[in-house]
Amino acid sequence: MSINHEPTAEQIKENRLYLQMGMTDAEYERAVEKLGRIPNYVETGLFSAMWSEHCSYKSSKSVLRRFPTEGARVLQGPGEGAGIVDIGDNQAAVFKMESHNSPSAIEPFIGAATGAGGIIRDVFSMGARPVALVNSLRFGDLTEPRDRFLFEEAVAGIASYGNAMGIPTVAGEVQFDQCYSKRPLVNAMAVGLLNHEDIQKGVAAGIGNTVIYAGATTGRDGIHGATMSSSELSIEEEQELPVMQAGDPFIEKLLMEACLELVQSDALIGIQDMGAAGLTSSAAEMASKAGYGVELNLDLVPQREENMTAYEMMLSESQERMLIVVKKGREEEVIALFTKYGITAATIGHVTDDKMLRLLHKGEVAAEVSADLLAEDAPSYQKESKEPASFAKNQAIENKEPQVTDLKETLLDLLQRPTIASKEWVYNQFDTGARTNTVLAPGASAGVIRVRGTNKGIAMTADCNSRFIYLDPEVGGKIAVAEAARNLVCSGAEPIALTDCLNFGSPDKPEVFWQLEKSADGISEACRKLNAPVIGGNVSLSNEVNGVPIYPTPTIGLVGIVHDLGQVTTPGFKQAGDAIYLIGQTETEFGGSELQQMIEGKIFGKSPAIDLDIEATRQQQLLGAIQAGIIQSADDLSEGGFAVALCEGTFGSQGLGAEVTVEGSAITALFSETQSRFLVTVQADQVAAFEEKVQDAVKIGTVTDGEEIVIKDAEGTVLVEGTVEEFQTAWKGAIACLLNSED
Amino acid sequence: MKFAVLVFPGLTCDLDMYHAIEETVKQDVEYVWHTEADQLDSFDAVLLPTGTSYGNYLRPGALAKSSPACKQLQAFAESGKLVLGVGNGFHILVEAGILPGGFLRNQSLKFRSALETVRVENNNTAFTKDYTQGQMLTLPVANEFGNYYADEQTVEKLKNNNQIIFTYANENTDGSTEAIAGITNERGNVLGMMPLPERAVEAIIGGTDGTALFQSIMNSRGEQHVN
Repeated sequence: MSINHEPTAEQIKENRLYLQMGMTDAEYERAVEKLGRIPNYVETGLFSAMWSEHCSYKSSKSVLRRFPTEGARVLQGPGEGAGIVDIGDNQAAVFKMESHNSPSAIEPFIGAATGAGGIIRDVFSMGARPVALVNSLRFGDLTEPRDRFLFEEAVAGIASYGNAMGIPTVAGEVQFDQCYSKRPLVNAMAVGLLNHEDIQKGVAAGIGNTVIYAGATTGRDGIHGATMSSSELSIEEEQELPVMQAGDPFIEKLLMEACLELVQSDALIGIQDMGAAGLTSSAAEMASKAGYGVELNLDLVPQREENMTAYEMMLSESQERMLIVVKKGREEEVIALFTKYGITAATIGHVTDDKMLRLLHKGEVAAEVSADLLAEDAPSYQKESKEPASFAKNQAIENKEPQVTDLKETLLDLLQRPTIASKEWVYNQFDTGARTNTVLAPGASAGVIRVRGTNKGIAMTADCNSRFIYLDPEVGGKIAVAEAARNLVCSGAEPIALTDCLNFGSPDKPEVFWQLEKSADGISEACRKLNAPVIGGNVSLSNEVNGVPIYPTPTIGLVGIVHDLGQVTTPGFKQAGDAIYLIGQTETEFGGSELQQMIEGKIFGKSPAIDLDIEATRQQQLLGAIQAGIIQSADDLSEGGFAVALCEGTFGSQGLGAEVTVEGSAITALFSETQSRFLVTVQADQVAAFEEKVQDAVKIGTVTDGEEIVIKDAEGTVLVEGTVEEFQTAWKGAIACLLNSED
Repeated sequence: MKFAVLVFPGLTCDLDMYHAIEETVKQDVEYVWHTEADQLDSFDAVLLPTGTSYGNYLRPGALAKSSPACKQLQAFAESGKLVLGVGNGFHILVEAGILPGGFLRNQSLKFRSALETVRVENNNTAFTKDYTQGQMLTLPVANEFGNYYADEQTVEKLKNNNQIIFTYANENTDGSTEAIAGITNERGNVLGMMPLPERAVEAIIGGTDGTALFQSIMNSRGEQHVN
């Protein structure tokens, strides 16, 4: 696919070739006007990549500004490779979540693997040691072979990369809905740790300083990936998409160790990952951020293929590459450091004072464009926003219980829904214990890793119920943050900051843009109430197949601190005789619930309501009780409602059961998805202390040693009765069972 | 006692092994990068951590054979000093010809991370003397190639010479021959095992059943390993 006969600047203009690169007429004209001349082929490529949604956030900038990004702990907000928060003792947590949806829709193993690889680089490029991975995945409901294939391969891809890097995957979530059929979401998050003085930035500063390329060689893979990932995928296109970039975790591990060693050297000025739009974005952004220019001689770029053009080199998305600026005269020692790890490194240019990104190739100037123009002057769109007709219609629907005849059968069916069922099939493929700091592995409410040398832990979770957001983006946005915070609190952690991954349909659809705006409002309000600013994130728009957008899915990756590892709490019941409490009232709220989807085959009506003041109070009270050591187990009520959470409490125990009495209508009590509720157990002698600390808690029953689950109503009639084993068997094997089904 | 954690490129869990020594026997321990292994004989024991050496390209452990450190490792093993290889480190010991057998992909064809119940089949070794014979241990595994294979003749020799040290006691999920989880060489100074004792040395990270293995090594100081 080598392009030997590049079109001239005039031909690009005449034949509007920029359209094929993803630029609109108006964008091309803007580039011409700002440049003061018509751009040549390479330059047009630079503009198209840097002004893509993926790199410029041109459609979403106005929305991203709504997020609260400041807080006492924030050391680095959005704008760098990853955000940084202070965790005390001169240490900081560095994290970010990013999507790799488009590549995963085409080639799920490679797409998901490189997604993990990219986010790990973002974290170590800040100077931090990556210590944990989290992922958030969405697939079709597994009834179609293509979706089963996408699911199996994406999970294996993430596993292959994270495992080979020796970084444990400690948390994650997977949900299944037909809105993601053939258009999966693969969001990967990495968390790193560093000492404050080691924080690095992607800056190319200091005239005459040297630009070094380190890592894998550059090939013709992934050219124009940033542009591709910003466009809609049509089914026909699957046959003819560009060469995908493949990852090599072995190279990345060596590159990571070398970079982390380099961070300790005073020769280093700036370092950045060559992510989307590769050499173009890293060079332009590093120069622009520092207020300098960069001149690169592309003849010096390590290449894996022959006769690569300047265009191909600049737009390649070959993986495992870093761009580094070091003090002039220190090149040799830096290159020697990389060589020790078997990593290719080469001087390819220097920092200038003219603020230009200048590319030399074969003795000629191949491109010369202002770095700021590429990195900062992308157009910014205020997209049209319109409330979809369905919103008012859904709001007008009265809350009503779905019709259920057999409560036990319904519970068994819910436990087998892939969104609710055990994710063991997924997380058993991840190395969860590497680095020997994993205190809570997948399967708990959140992942917790110890900060070695302290008694502190870092807790993390990823959450997003997109059905609620589809029905009511603002309320759903609040719920996404609140649910993530509940998961941390239930693990004994105080939430401190979050990263988000905004996965939406095409922003050119006013209804989709409205979803984006409203959900951002909801997320922002919840961030303020729950004291967790947004310190970075990623936008993935145009997630559509054949014109149908996915449910709006702004995934929240939340990080918290466990102040004392002795306070780490799990959902599993601990001993017979403990009192079971339900915190929070239950209302009839089934809009977007798992039960509604299961019974009606679709979602409609109002999303469950949420009062953020009540949410914040309950979280504070529960965390206080956990920190005071009076809680045995804690779990939040989410998909499937109370009955599912009760079952999970027994599944996480050693041979215990439960007997509880619920109030009101049975269907609501068992399956409603009312927010801000928790299921906790308390040792009998701590009951008084607990009730004093947590106000909205009602004792509903007792943990038993009978290995049975019994749910009765207020009159004493048995609603559900069965052995823990029968419920657990249904829950545990469901996903493997769906994958083995033939059709 | 002085331990070396020998690190071939891609052996990502060097840290786990290093910390296990610090945590359990609290002895001197150093990372030794594979190109800097010429002083290996100054150590008392060599630990090969798990990971994905050379990306597991070709076969797990196969490419480590071409590193100069492999010769030094072979010489160290021949000297009778103790060598422990876990996970991918076990693969390397097999590929280097220090231990017999070979490895296949797990029966599930997938990477598998889990807690396993492992039986101590022989507590009369330098690595297991602090365990009791037949003791059941809970140890983590994390591998894609945990399916140990040996032909009948090799198994016969392993059995006759009490070289089978650990077996999977409940389920042999990955499909290892004779449910083998760990073996020594004939002389008994080199142990290879798929379960990861270095990840089971603290209650807070999921158990302490690996601790006695490192204590056994300490308690074997100065002993001759001439079988």
